[in-house]
Amino acid sequence: MSQENVLAVENLVMHFGGIKALNDVTFNIKRGSVSALIGPNGAGKTTVFNCLTGFYKATGGKIILSAGGKETSIIKVLGEPFQMTDFFSPVAFFSRLKYKMFGGSHLVNRAGLSRTFQNIRLFKEMSVVENLLVAQHMRVNRSLIAGILNTKGYRKSEEEALERAFYWLGVVDLVGSANRLAGELSYGQQRRLEIARAMCTNPEIVCLDEPAAGLNPSETEALTKMIRVLRDQHNTTVLLIEHDMGMVMDISDYIVVLDHGEVIAKGGPDEIKNNPKVIAAYLGAEEDEEVTL
Amino acid sequence: MDIVLQQLVNGLTLGSVYGLIAIGYTMVYGIIGMINFAHGDVYMVSSYITAIAIALISALLTFLGFESFLVVIIGTLFLTIVVTGAYGWVIERVAYRPLRNSSRLAVLISAIGMSLILQNYVQLSQGANQQGVPTMLTGALRFHVGDGFVQITYMKVFILIAAFAGMGILTYVIQKTKLGRMCRATQQDRKMASILGIDTDKIISTVFVIGATMAALAGVLITLDYGAFDFYIGFIIGIKAFTAAVLGGIGSLPGAMLGGLILGLSEALFAGLISSDYKDVFSFSLLVLILIIRPSGLLGKPEVEKV
Repeated sequence: MSQENVLAVENLVMHFGGIKALNDVTFNIKRGSVSALIGPNGAGKTTVFNCLTGFYKATGGKIILSAGGKETSIIKVLGEPFQMTDFFSPVAFFSRLKYKMFGGSHLVNRAGLSRTFQNIRLFKEMSVVENLLVAQHMRVNRSLIAGILNTKGYRKSEEEALERAFYWLGVVDLVGSANRLAGELSYGQQRRLEIARAMCTNPEIVCLDEPAAGLNPSETEALTKMIRVLRDQHNTTVLLIEHDMGMVMDISDYIVVLDHGEVIAKGGPDEIKNNPKVIAAYLGAEEDEEVTL
Repeated sequence: MDIVLQQLVNGLTLGSVYGLIAIGYTMVYGIIGMINFAHGDVYMVSSYITAIAIALISALLTFLGFESFLVVIIGTLFLTIVVTGAYGWVIERVAYRPLRNSSRLAVLISAIGMSLILQNYVQLSQGANQQGVPTMLTGALRFHVGDGFVQITYMKVFILIAAFAGMGILTYVIQKTKLGRMCRATQQDRKMASILGIDTDKIISTVFVIGATMAALAGVLITLDYGAFDFYIGFIIGIKAFTAAVLGGIGSLPGAMLGGLILGLSEALFAGLISSDYKDVFSFSLLVLILIIRPSGLLGKPEVEKV
């Protein structure tokens, strides 16, 4: 595993009962790139995201996240069942036991991966700025006693958290709405707030699930700009699922195409545009027919 | 006139204690959507711990050769809150966490089981007889009103101060501190909170501990005031506090406190002015009436069904 890949997915398999939602999905995401995961409806794109973020426990395969100077196996931190060989190797046994007892999807985020959702999941009854403060809890002085006594160190770290929250509000253009309830915001504003919240956890890779869904053309353009800012100014790798092909082809460095739970093509935008398999998957056309995306 | 004022004071103290216990019901319901039927029994356990703590600390002080009411009370409060908090943590860990992803009904049955276990364990270890603690704080304030007078014992003053301080600190923690933000985030969307790196299992444990500490505070106050308790007191006060939580809107923290106060006041006023035999009938009728007018309780938010 090289340092140049922030995320390596190998032979990922996800079964729901008898349904094989993902079958042998393999791809790598380069550090500092904007990558897109595309495919027709039901291809398994969101399932890949759910496996990456620990929402689902993958049935098989490997997901290695190399962020913050170390490599994390996402499937392992969710807690795997014990294997026969563990009983001969105490180290492996205790590491599995540890993750079985204390593991969970919160560790994935702490390792440096965050995400947004297709159907927005903000804390609707908290204010906009509180939504961003919650995401920074790992950085704020931890002690409850310090919080009750309102000590100097606690206030300082709270102020820093507020400052960071307002910085991100500035990036997503929501400073004016800082004290409104998140649920009162318009749809486009909620989408932007969700991205800001994901960024507040200080991730190395951020996964955006259909960030442009339901946005009008000018909002989509602003979003495209913002994604570029994330990559260029914050060295964040962006992985997105999107149906707006114009936007995908415009900003992606690398595209992975899924169909029926399998990767049918990987490569740069130009390569994908002309790939007959991709065209067939999207339009259901015969491979020798002339179609352009 | 004097009797109304007297009952107002009595109702306020009773209500603040109901409010403290109701907090445990409402917070647990808010965060994992279950009614913790063992909560009343946590309160009962805290009464026993109070008695044990008073005995221990008094013995220690006698051994050291001095006497101080303040040290005993503060030490008892501290010890009871810590030990009862540990009970809350263990109960969640043993009875509820293994069932986190199963149906709500399973957790409910587990809670009833936990309640029975606590009652029987206390009965076996402490005996079935009524136990008591000595009265420690005597004396009262008297105010003359017209022909009669209103009497507020120092103990009642202490209860009011301690209960409102407890509620105040808790409100501050939930509204202003980082832990509170994490609790509220977990309450609104547990899965999303976990995606943001919050250890939701730990937050749920913390909520159980907070609920138990509030019940412990109530346990210390009531035990010091009434003196007598047995292994079965958790049931009736648990039902009352649960009523208070529903009255105020279950899941809402200020709702639980308000519900407790309303329940306590209405009970005391009805008992003092009309009939003390029917005070429970009156308070439960009030609950029915409020739920007819506002089905989600006074401060509860109506649940909108998503289509």
